[in-house]
Amino acid sequence: MIRSLILSAVCAMSLTPAYAEESYPDAKAIVSIGGPVTEILFALGAGERVVARDTTAQFPAAVMDLPDVGYMRRLSAEGVLSVGPDLIIARHTSGPPETLDLLRAASVPVVLVQDAFTGEAVSAAIRKVGSAIGEGKKAETLATEVEADLNQLAVDIADVAEKKRVMFILSNDGGRLNVAGRDTGAHGIITLAGGDNVMGPAFSGYKLLNDEAIIKAQPELILMMTGRGDHEGRAEEILALPAIASTPAGVNGAFQVIPGAALGFGPRTAAFARSLHDIIYDEKPVRH
Amino acid sequence: MVALEQKRPIKTSGAVAGDRRSLSRLLTGVLCAALALTMLLSLGWGAADETDVLAALFGDPTMRDEVIVWDIRMPRMLTGVLVGAALAVSGAVMQGLFRNPLADPGLVGVSAGAGFGAVSAIVLGGFLPAPVIAVVGHYLVPVAAFLGGWATTLLLYGIATRGGRTSVATMLLAGIALGALTGALTGLITYYATDDQLRDLTFWGMGSVAGASWAKFMASAPIILLTLIAAPFLARALNALALGEAAASHLGIDVQKMKRIAILTVAGSVGASVAVTGGIGFIGIVVPHLLRLVQGPDHRGLLVNAALLGGIILLLADAISRSIIAPAELPIGIVTAALGGPFFLWILLKNRNLVEM
Repeated sequence: MIRSLILSAVCAMSLTPAYAEESYPDAKAIVSIGGPVTEILFALGAGERVVARDTTAQFPAAVMDLPDVGYMRRLSAEGVLSVGPDLIIARHTSGPPETLDLLRAASVPVVLVQDAFTGEAVSAAIRKVGSAIGEGKKAETLATEVEADLNQLAVDIADVAEKKRVMFILSNDGGRLNVAGRDTGAHGIITLAGGDNVMGPAFSGYKLLNDEAIIKAQPELILMMTGRGDHEGRAEEILALPAIASTPAGVNGAFQVIPGAALGFGPRTAAFARSLHDIIYDEKPVRH
Repeated sequence: MVALEQKRPIKTSGAVAGDRRSLSRLLTGVLCAALALTMLLSLGWGAADETDVLAALFGDPTMRDEVIVWDIRMPRMLTGVLVGAALAVSGAVMQGLFRNPLADPGLVGVSAGAGFGAVSAIVLGGFLPAPVIAVVGHYLVPVAAFLGGWATTLLLYGIATRGGRTSVATMLLAGIALGALTGALTGLITYYATDDQLRDLTFWGMGSVAGASWAKFMASAPIILLTLIAAPFLARALNALALGEAAASHLGIDVQKMKRIAILTVAGSVGASVAVTGGIGFIGIVVPHLLRLVQGPDHRGLLVNAALLGGIILLLADAISRSIIAPAELPIGIVTAALGGPFFLWILLKNRNLVEM
């Protein structure tokens, strides 16, 4: 009972917003939760200090050798504590909240990093992680670099007379297409690259779309992810679907792919946005 | 071949029939000891294996060890025992009440209702007015799951009761209809869920004891305990009911009262269990059957032993779920189904002539 009182007291304290900048430059054993957070840590040269990652971390390749504490929204307190962390840096959507409360109760600081699918969110996250691990200078350099790249991209985009209408297909479920709306990584990267996500105004998240809605949206370019769903002849298969065939994208055979990592916003976002920009405005048609 | 099979005497007497109350009592003793051992194992074994459990229990532990043993393992272990017991006893009571070996608490709508409540809370929770969120905080999902399960059962009970008599058949059929309806509503809400929420929904359905906390334990334990205490008093009535409702009445059993107690306590304990741990399958069916094969169908010993064995099995499944891919954790529903399924099948094939009546 006394323990649960201590615990609830700690929880109450953790609920009060910490205005003071959280900084733990001496942290030697960091558990990194969330792919982008892990990428930032490694980009800041702090990879040596990371002792465990979550399932969503895939990059750089070195993270695959680290112990995996599970999916970021289903963390187990004991699992995380078992790797002996002295700092936990996590995406703000990590959880469940009970686990985070328990970790704080075990006197392990938890730094939450806000994320969103925008360029500003990326540089803010880089600065936040940097100050949390006492690498403020490196973080400032990296964040400024990302900002400069994105600003240059924005200048190039301003030259584009008419934004290309792009539709991102997450998956093809036997002809039923799962398409990106707004508030998705796909929407964010398409917007940064200077494209116009055709389903952005229609809905939020990924939804299975009605064929006629696709025809009505008239996409000029179909975008998909490389990776597991990718296979020989996929482009032809998608472009031949009745819903796609009559759209400008279907008629012109405009089909392109981006790496799945481009959908998570991190230090590589500016580079992904630049290459997507080049793809969108200089793509070669797929023959069919 | 068929003729040969039929010539073999079917073993329904001798070692199988007869008074097995002493066997049942012996089993109770063995299971009590096994449960105590499993509880100790559950406290002493986990992903953080360098934890000094003895110091945390009796001595002067570090903050980290104290949190691991007292705030993580202890509520988790106690929740596991109670939920395992509740699921197993509820399964046994339902099988007795419906006189059907396949009955499980899902039949009274509690699982479907709880699922609907949980999904609604996960997806629509953000739309609640701020004062409500301030009160329930992150206990919104368990509260909604419990209320959903309980409300669905009350509705079913109301539908199936006419002129002071509850028809078990109506309840079964109405349960299917209500299940379809809540399934449709759940599907509709799922359609509007975001990616993060979809992940949460999927994991909720697979169950886990990992989210156990003192607050959740304190809230669910009284409801679950009520059922565990009420169940043995139902035993004699359930035995009589095996002869049919009319025969049970002639034996002096108030069948209606018994149905009411059975249905409402099962809804309460399963609702509370599901609220805390999410969906954990198979324990409600496997445990009572296992015990019936050993000690016969007499509910007097069966219900007590089901509670003990349910607790043991859930704790063992939890031990596997938290160690097999440590430091990550496998949802426990996957473990109970993956181990329970083949094991149940093996028991079934081995004891065919006992099951086929």
